[in-house]
Amino acid sequence: MFLINCPYCGERDQSEFSAGGEAHIVRPKQPTELSDDQWAEYLFMRKNIKGVQFERWNHAHGCRKWFNMVRDTSNDKIHAVYKIGEKPPIN
Amino acid sequence: MKNKYSIFSLIKNAFSYHENWQRAWKDPEPKKEYDAIIIGGGGHGLATAFYLAKKHKMTNIAVVEKGWIGGGNTGRNTTIIRSNYLWDASAGLYDHALKIWENLSQELNYNVMFSQRGVMNLAHNLQDVRDLKRRTHANRLNGIDAVWLNTEEVKKFCPIINTSPDIRYPVLGGTLQRRAGTARHDAVAWGYARGADAMGVDIIQNCEVKGIKRNGNVVEGIETTKGFIKTKKIGVVAAGHSSVIACMVDLKLPLESKPLQALVSEPVKPIIDTVVMSNAVHAYVSQSDKGELVIGAGTDAYVSYTQRGSHDVVEGTLKAILELYPIFSRMKMLRQWGGIVDICPDASPIISKTHIKGLYFNCGWGTGGFKATPGSGDLFAHTIANDEPHKLNADFNINRFVSGDLVDEHGAAAVAH
Repeated sequence: MFLINCPYCGERDQSEFSAGGEAHIVRPKQPTELSDDQWAEYLFMRKNIKGVQFERWNHAHGCRKWFNMVRDTSNDKIHAVYKIGEKPPIN
Repeated sequence: MKNKYSIFSLIKNAFSYHENWQRAWKDPEPKKEYDAIIIGGGGHGLATAFYLAKKHKMTNIAVVEKGWIGGGNTGRNTTIIRSNYLWDASAGLYDHALKIWENLSQELNYNVMFSQRGVMNLAHNLQDVRDLKRRTHANRLNGIDAVWLNTEEVKKFCPIINTSPDIRYPVLGGTLQRRAGTARHDAVAWGYARGADAMGVDIIQNCEVKGIKRNGNVVEGIETTKGFIKTKKIGVVAAGHSSVIACMVDLKLPLESKPLQALVSEPVKPIIDTVVMSNAVHAYVSQSDKGELVIGAGTDAYVSYTQRGSHDVVEGTLKAILELYPIFSRMKMLRQWGGIVDICPDASPIISKTHIKGLYFNCGWGTGGFKATPGSGDLFAHTIANDEPHKLNADFNINRFVSGDLVDEHGAAAVAH
């Protein structure tokens, strides 16, 4: 349990948010040309990183907006929060 | 050779104040090379080593564990054992395990305290009733015992449940698997460790895997905190950390690791002699032999490797417990903890070869791996020894995420993901 600094609303309790999983997974531009392996990669395979991870969150019980977050999954420490479409502030 | 545990060894050791019991397993340094190495010394990993030695005569093998054996999810789960899953593939897998459980104490010469006290799954809405009845029929077609109980029968089987129609999610009935129950989780790890060790398996604790060495597409060994160990076959049974191991060979798995919590109350006299689970309100409870209520909470919705979990998840579970069991309203909770569970998109496990020769994965058990420990070990041992899956785990291969042949068990998994 931790606090999340929503880029639109400010700091709120994590229980107000819902997690949307790994960020920056781009939807295939030409889905009809994808092989089964590529579909599996897009739909199911995840880095599931232990360490610094880029992920999507939604302020479900607040402004209901999506945004991105950089969080260390080994200690839940949040390094950065940034809006959808923005470049990650850290690499 | 190990001394057999029996009433006679108990009496004999009583005379020396129980100070001369033989060590249950050795504490060896790793050899330079093994025929196979199992990464992960939990129940599944130790069971795999046990059956590799016992059934496939592979005794020059090792289990490497970064902490202590049984210190991960094996020692953190709520010990529920059942096999009432929906699909044929799952029924085969979990009932295979349940059948081994029924003789496991004798097989291991170690009391795993397997208690077939029954597991009841409650229905709280019309869809629950339909789903659970369907699952009961599916179970019976697969030869798994299952009965549907109406509300009165639920109350009769477990009198402390609040079956009043006035509660927010009233009890509309439930299913019961009488062969299901619980076991002592630590004893499972210790029993398998002792059995494997007696057949020559090296159990190496405090030995973290740092890398996997490959030559092209063939494994050559593992880099560990105790040095390099050569081997041709590696079985990874690392639960929540499976993706971390997979990352060492640039393999991506369809897993997300999340904290799953459980908690126990202060010990009280016997009050609930079965296991009751409610998927819809997310509450399940049983009572340990010490008298503690053992309560399972849900997973956090985000990836995390912190073995704790969020407070609001526990709060939600306890609210549901109190509505269903008003008698517990003044109970004090003693301990709460979390374990990291590796969840597959279809809530079914992966027991599979990989595209790398000699590398096998047993993972994705998510929130319900303990019940499958003996079966999982047996089938994974078969897969490693023969380089081919057993027919019972053929459907649980990693390629199902490419072919689309998923085994969707979200309904039977009990913990909502």
